[in-house]
Amino acid sequence: MEHSPPPFFKTGPTPLARLLIFTTLSLVLLVADARFKYLEFLRQVAAVVVYPVQRIAAAPGEIARRAADFFVTHSALREENARLHQERLSNTLALQQHKALQAENEQMRALLGARERIGTKATLAEVLYSARDPFSQKIIVDRGLQHEVRGGQPVIDQIGVVGQVTRAYQWLAEITLITDKDQLVPVLNVRNGLRAVLAGVGNATTLELRFVPLNADFQNGDRLVTSGIDGVYPAGLPVAEISNVERDASYPFARIACKPLAGVNRSTQVLIVNVERSMPERPVEQEERPARGKRSRKAGL
Amino acid sequence: MNTRAISPQEILLPIRPAFIIFTLVVALFINLLPWSGWWLWLRPDFVALVVLYWCIDQPRKIGFTSAWLLGLLMDVSDGTFFGQHALAYSILAYAGIVLHRRVQRFAITPQVLHVIPLLLMNDLIVLVIRLIAGADFPGYQYFVGSFIGGALWPLLTVMLKLPQRPRADPDHV
Repeated sequence: MEHSPPPFFKTGPTPLARLLIFTTLSLVLLVADARFKYLEFLRQVAAVVVYPVQRIAAAPGEIARRAADFFVTHSALREENARLHQERLSNTLALQQHKALQAENEQMRALLGARERIGTKATLAEVLYSARDPFSQKIIVDRGLQHEVRGGQPVIDQIGVVGQVTRAYQWLAEITLITDKDQLVPVLNVRNGLRAVLAGVGNATTLELRFVPLNADFQNGDRLVTSGIDGVYPAGLPVAEISNVERDASYPFARIACKPLAGVNRSTQVLIVNVERSMPERPVEQEERPARGKRSRKAGL
Repeated sequence: MNTRAISPQEILLPIRPAFIIFTLVVALFINLLPWSGWWLWLRPDFVALVVLYWCIDQPRKIGFTSAWLLGLLMDVSDGTFFGQHALAYSILAYAGIVLHRRVQRFAITPQVLHVIPLLLMNDLIVLVIRLIAGADFPGYQYFVGSFIGGALWPLLTVMLKLPQRPRADPDHV
């Protein structure tokens, strides 16, 4: 600016006019995105543009982790090896039983003519980073549309449910953790089979059970697993443990705080479960046969 | 006035547009590093800081379009609402362009006092949008990043001015 003579007669619109243009544009985008979800295509395009920068930026963390992995001590490895060996032995037993039970179950299902409920396939994904947005609990992983990750798929780690894929880009996917505000998981209490809805509150260590009546039988230490009736999460995955139950008669519902079981904000690798389910067709709604009285009333009107 | 400060009267080389683009990409890159936990609260918005710097220093070379596009990229990479950073950066760019003559008159330290409120305004816009969309107030630590951004301003000024400073003339005694 100091060196070129300012072009006095062609500076374009004034800053205020430009501000108005861009503000309007942003507001239109905001409303179109937040209200009507029109902009998924534009988001996909922008995601491809920003992808290289994202990957490069995630690299230092990844390199640090790999380096830390590399310098594991010999004794630590041997210890882990021994532990894994033992685990494998005990798992083999469980697996055998599981296989027998599964076979039995399949047979009985076949007998009952029940449909195969879930065929599951899973994709292992590495967490690139957690979204730098203090208002939400999300992580970004390195698998996307190209690896058959789709929006809506449940995400688990070795312990239990971590979250749900909310947006899939070409090579990345965005996972909303169960601790995110307004992320809901239908659960049931292992101890007595009571069903409830588990919701995040927005911080990484607490969840709450919503709309549970005061007298419902939920106690500290109860384990909650997915109930599977939502058609999103397969049934029986561990989700949380009840940490505090507060019953106050002045509120209509009990306040039940829970702790997530899975390493929701710690795990570096997660499994994206591809749930293929054959849901029964939605029944055709039967047309209500107009009652005689109704018709006559209509005629009267 | 401190004679060592880079005063606007100093004769500098013309800026290269490629350098501006380079710094913006680097700022985006730093923003996209895997910040988490406390670091996330402490992290200033580097893109906002660099956009503001160029709007104050070179209001004819950079303006709303780049600020707005960078805002969109930020929104995509964080999976937030489309347009929240775009809106905040546009208003930030406007403030920078309108105030550039005034801010340039000041030495670097008083400039910080202009920069911090502008960065806070930037944060506030994002906050208001999220609150309208139904998020909870994340706590006052949300604003800490802006003050740290202000503290980094002198360093940023020196670094971004480096390529513009004329090389020492070997014949000069």
